Amino acid sequence: MTKYIVRRLLQMIPVIIGSTFLIFAMVFALPGNPLAGKCGERPCPPAFVEKFRADHNLDDPLPIRYVKYLGDLAHGNFGTTFQGLNVLDELQKRYLITVKLAVIALLFEAIIGVLAGVLAGIRKGKFIDNLVLVSTLVVISIPTFVIGSLAQTIFGVKLGWFPVTTPSKPGWYDLLLPGLVLGSLSLAYAARLTRTNLAENLRADYVRTAVAKGLSRPRVIGVHTLRNSLIPVVTFLGADFGGLLGGAIITERIFNIRGVGGYIFQSINSRDGTAVVGAVTMLVIVYLFMNLLVDILYGVLDPRISHD
Amino acid sequence: MATATAPTAHTSEYQPQDGLLLEVEDLHVEFHTRYGVAKAINGVNFSVRQGECLAILGESGSGKSVTAQAIMGILDMPPAKIPQGSVKYCGHDLLTMPEDRRRKTRGPEISMIFQDALSSLNPTFPVGWQIAEMFREHRGMNKSDAYAQAVRLMERVSIPAAKQRVKAYPHQFSGGMRQRIMIAMAISLDPAVLIADEPTTALDVTVQAQIMSLLQELQQERHMGLILITHDLGVVADVADRIAVMYAGRIVEQADVRDIYAKPAHPYTKGLLDSIPRLDLKGQELSAIGGLPPNLMHIPPGCAFNPRCTMAQDICRRDRPELVEVGPHRKAACHFSEEVLNA
Ligand SMILES: Nc1ncnc2c1ncn2[C@@H]1O[C@H](COP(=O)(O)OP(=O)(O)OP(=O)(O)O)[C@@H](O)[C@H]1O
Ligand code: SF4
Ligand SMILES: [Mg+2]
Repeated sequence: MTKYIVRRLLQMIPVIIGSTFLIFAMVFALPGNPLAGKCGERPCPPAFVEKFRADHNLDDPLPIRYVKYLGDLAHGNFGTTFQGLNVLDELQKRYLITVKLAVIALLFEAIIGVLAGVLAGIRKGKFIDNLVLVSTLVVISIPTFVIGSLAQTIFGVKLGWFPVTTPSKPGWYDLLLPGLVLGSLSLAYAARLTRTNLAENLRADYVRTAVAKGLSRPRVIGVHTLRNSLIPVVTFLGADFGGLLGGAIITERIFNIRGVGGYIFQSINSRDGTAVVGAVTMLVIVYLFMNLLVDILYGVLDPRISHD
Repeated sequence: MATATAPTAHTSEYQPQDGLLLEVEDLHVEFHTRYGVAKAINGVNFSVRQGECLAILGESGSGKSVTAQAIMGILDMPPAKIPQGSVKYCGHDLLTMPEDRRRKTRGPEISMIFQDALSSLNPTFPVGWQIAEMFREHRGMNKSDAYAQAVRLMERVSIPAAKQRVKAYPHQFSGGMRQRIMIAMAISLDPAVLIADEPTTALDVTVQAQIMSLLQELQQERHMGLILITHDLGVVADVADRIAVMYAGRIVEQADVRDIYAKPAHPYTKGLLDSIPRLDLKGQELSAIGGLPPNLMHIPPGCAFNPRCTMAQDICRRDRPELVEVGPHRKAACHFSEEVLNA
């Protein structure tokens, strides 16, 4: 197991280098002048331009700039934005919000989604099953921005249960409604995945054995059937969480949340390469770690998977 | 041997009368599917006594497994339905018993092992855990005691290094070892009746014999009633005391093993016996029974076997033969069983 983890960690290095280089190359190949609008209506004075270009290594060829960047990165220095802000500070602030939002969405998906899926799965073809199928279909077919705007209008504006926009340092409650909106689509998928797997596993031979062992129905379902049925659901939720940690541009915009998604969006718009590359690099690393975590979890849940 | 376990005295509310454990009477099972009603079991009668091994024989689809599942109470209802019949265990009808009470008979009173031990064991729990679960759930035993019992049972069914392997998972064992674990789990609470549904069909020939002798040994040691389901006449010859032959959801012949091998009383049994390869008849044609078993949604009137029977007459297409006494301890359901016996 330790060997497996070490191997996976080593495999991450080329992936991180490769993906950051791609991002780096793409971002700096974008047309547009980072100095545009920096000095009001007038063009910037030549001395300022020179210093700015030197500070950001803008005149070096791309590979050199990349190597310099990696060197900084290795020292934990994510660089400074064109506005002179420390990328790492900014990311940390933003990231805390994104993580909170992702955690709310994940809990919502895992608890409500799995619960709905289990109820539907053990009562396949009955009322509750149809209810779950229809309601998840509705959620799947409506775009997130519609759900988000609707939720904001109804629960925020009309009923006043939740704040309509989000303060710059939001607490858990401020992020609750956006989190629910963000998790709704994956919740629908998680519910359906749970339902299908559970209904299928209920017909498995080992479940018949569990009944023949004289176990109670709650035990047959809760212990013997659910364990196997939830393996793919856990994998799905893990991968989904990895995605959620990458920020949620639409939800962040609707609720005016200062998360990572919006940060990257803004940085791309303002041609702020250092910020984009820093943020994306971090997201790549987070995503890789999430994947590793999911794979380890998979091995723990399913003893047939061997990591040796 | 230190690992041998003496059968514990049965101190349950279920006490056999004169050694009679199980009585299946007029059992009917049908499956309601979208294509129609399949009549899988159409009036089955038999009984099992302490220390007795009853083999149920028959072609694929004759209703052997469904009979076992109906006794065990593990049929999926729906689609299955039991419109008629009773299954009495020590005089108590299992079919009308409240489910919670019936559930508690599974394991301590009646137990079952299946054909495919790999798919029948839960892949996500260690084998020892699965055996220990019987003691924890039925006896309320604590974890370490239950594990000790699991090790004892694994040793009893001759799993090498049982203590070390108690935490291993089903996929880490060979097919034969897995079936031994299934057996250990099934006998863990000392059931009075054990149902084995084709316990060796999925195994290598050499392993088959070992498993059969283990089953026989355990049955004798614990004085269990054993229902052995198989479609292999060769397997049962030295294990079974009596044989019931099934065809299209009915028992067509029931007799002591020796009698049936010496002289079948039903053309279908005769056909089955003729189809096993025999050393003394080497080189001769095997006479498999021609034709196919009937569609259970349209069982032919009269004797269900008549389209395939070489002896069929008009009466066979009209009247269904009942299972009647044709000799000491033997019954057959054929209008011409006398003729078959005297052939
Ligand atoms: N869940 C079910 N739904 C519909 N029909 C079923 C179901 N289970 C069994 N049957 C039908 O009942 C009949 C008897 O099946 P059963 O499994 O008892 O046969 P068997 O004698 O055990 O055969 P085999 O030797 O193949 O195991 C078969 O025709 C089968 O199609
Ligand atoms: S009753 Fe008739 S058809 Fe049926 S087995 Fe006997 S002889 Fe054959
Ligand atoms: Mg069968």
